[in-house]
Amino acid sequence: MAAPLVEFRSVVKRFDDFVAVDGVSFTIEAGEFVAIMGPSGCGKTTTLRMLAGLEAPSKGDVLMDGRVMNDVPAHERDTPLVWQSLALFPFLTARENVEFGLQMRGVAASQCRRRALEWLDRMEIAEFAERDIASLSGGQKQRVALARSLVIEPRILLLDEPLSALDANLVIRMQSVLTKLQRELGITFVYVTHSQSEAFAMADRVVIMSRGRISQIGSPKDIYRAPANRFVAEFVGRNNIIVGKVTKTTAKTATLDGPLGNFNVPIGKHDAPRKGDMARFVVAADRAQLSVTKPKTGNAIACSLISEEFIGSVVTLFLEAEDGSELKLQLQERELSKMNLKSATTVYLNWEADHAHYIGID
Amino acid sequence: MRDNRTLRWMLFAYLALVFVFIFAPILFSVIFSFNSDRFPTIPLGDFTLKWYQKIWNDADVWEAARTSLIVSLSTATIATTLGFATAYTDYRYSFRLKPIYLGLILLPPTIPLIIMALAMLAWFAKLGISGQIMSIIIAHSVLTAPFAMAIIRLRLSQMDPSLEAAAWNLGASEWGAMQRVIVPFCKPAIISSFCLTAAVSFDEFAISWFVSGLNKTVPVIILEIVTGNIDPQVNAIGSFVFLVSITLVIIAQTVLMTSRKKED
Repeated sequence: MAAPLVEFRSVVKRFDDFVAVDGVSFTIEAGEFVAIMGPSGCGKTTTLRMLAGLEAPSKGDVLMDGRVMNDVPAHERDTPLVWQSLALFPFLTARENVEFGLQMRGVAASQCRRRALEWLDRMEIAEFAERDIASLSGGQKQRVALARSLVIEPRILLLDEPLSALDANLVIRMQSVLTKLQRELGITFVYVTHSQSEAFAMADRVVIMSRGRISQIGSPKDIYRAPANRFVAEFVGRNNIIVGKVTKTTAKTATLDGPLGNFNVPIGKHDAPRKGDMARFVVAADRAQLSVTKPKTGNAIACSLISEEFIGSVVTLFLEAEDGSELKLQLQERELSKMNLKSATTVYLNWEADHAHYIGID
Repeated sequence: MRDNRTLRWMLFAYLALVFVFIFAPILFSVIFSFNSDRFPTIPLGDFTLKWYQKIWNDADVWEAARTSLIVSLSTATIATTLGFATAYTDYRYSFRLKPIYLGLILLPPTIPLIIMALAMLAWFAKLGISGQIMSIIIAHSVLTAPFAMAIIRLRLSQMDPSLEAAAWNLGASEWGAMQRVIVPFCKPAIISSFCLTAAVSFDEFAISWFVSGLNKTVPVIILEIVTGNIDPQVNAIGSFVFLVSITLVIIAQTVLMTSRKKED
């Protein structure tokens, strides 16, 4: 079997006393769109910089095509990076910026020009080719930065929060530009972001990092439906995380007794907890249901309605349980309008037993 | 509101006075350089260019001007190169003794000129290189390099820290990134620093007087003329020196300011 395009083998990166990346291992196959996601300081950018050769691992190996890259200097790698700040050269025009990488590779001047113009055209900014960088808008600069990286025809493109400076509408537009590009070029994109919506909208696979370690790797759906641990469940958001003390276990379920009630939870592939352990499970906000009368069977939590938030056709309800903890629930607006919530003082958040996702003991 | 206005008026007057004290002597020197009277008195005599003719025909002045030109251009080149190198090391690297390194570089302007001039003279005499054009150049480079470093350092601090790494990332070696990114980015500051250090060197008297030996620069020859007698041709030379210096300073300022405006 051919070696994966990228492989991290137990990579550690220390800066003096600070451990930025703490024993990370994963592979990226050719043609994948991988997002590395996590809160700031989780080591995602350092991981990307090691791939580009801008940082050297303190321990472990970074491999490309099965070759250890640790000692290969940045300028000898074909791993162009789209920077968070874009890092366009302000003293060059848009076209000259795009030509830079080609010139460094010794491509003849006329070739450089032709290929740069082709890419500017492909990014739909050919008319700005001779403009100074400072005179371009945020979205146009973004496209110049992409063209500058892609013109050298790399097999992998690294992106470090490239959309963080753009306004919301432009972010959505650029997301579709990026996914379309990735599909057309068939090359690998490694996309670092703290934004779940960007990662989930574009990536085939998401690597979630926390404090220098990998918390979970999986498809956006896996991560959303089956968070591996409490950190991922909280980071991904829109989850109700419910805690309880284990009172009974079987091979497939555990009974948890907590401030919100007594619940039976399937434990999936997890090891069975012991009696007395504090354990948690997740009910995704869009998997929870609402009723005004207490269901006769199954899991339900009595709550009062605090507020609602409309985003298009989806409504998020914020509920408060009797012990004060906040719960969330997402419904279609037309479903909600069928219910008579105005008169109800107490509502019940309930879910089908197999929609509860067990995330293990603390 | 009235207080505020009075305060503003007073501040304005204060500023005006500062400018008067700085520029009035220079202005009068320029005016008297066109005055036919031998002594600088008011009322003025007739308009004349004879003092300028006199210095134009004076071989010593020409020699001094040539020396000054060589000294200031060489000084500007050396000081700007040194200044750039130190500013870049400061920007790029962090090391334990950096505060001492920077302190050492920024030290020369804090030393009284006369002390520095005497020290330079003694030191050059010991090395056996005193009284040469080269000795003025070395001394002036030491004096002006800190200014060059300050200007270029300021420019580097405005640079996006990813810019250099972006060049490496696109295939530029360290040297390539230096040539293609760092130097072009610093170009306005480099030009500006070149002009300013040239101006400082062109104006500088104390050090030149001590270490120049027979290679007199323009400020040195001015002093020689005035110590001998009162001669209005110093006004003419002075006006010329002022014109050169102020032009260099204005170029330096304009280059820096337009580059900043363009990027905003």
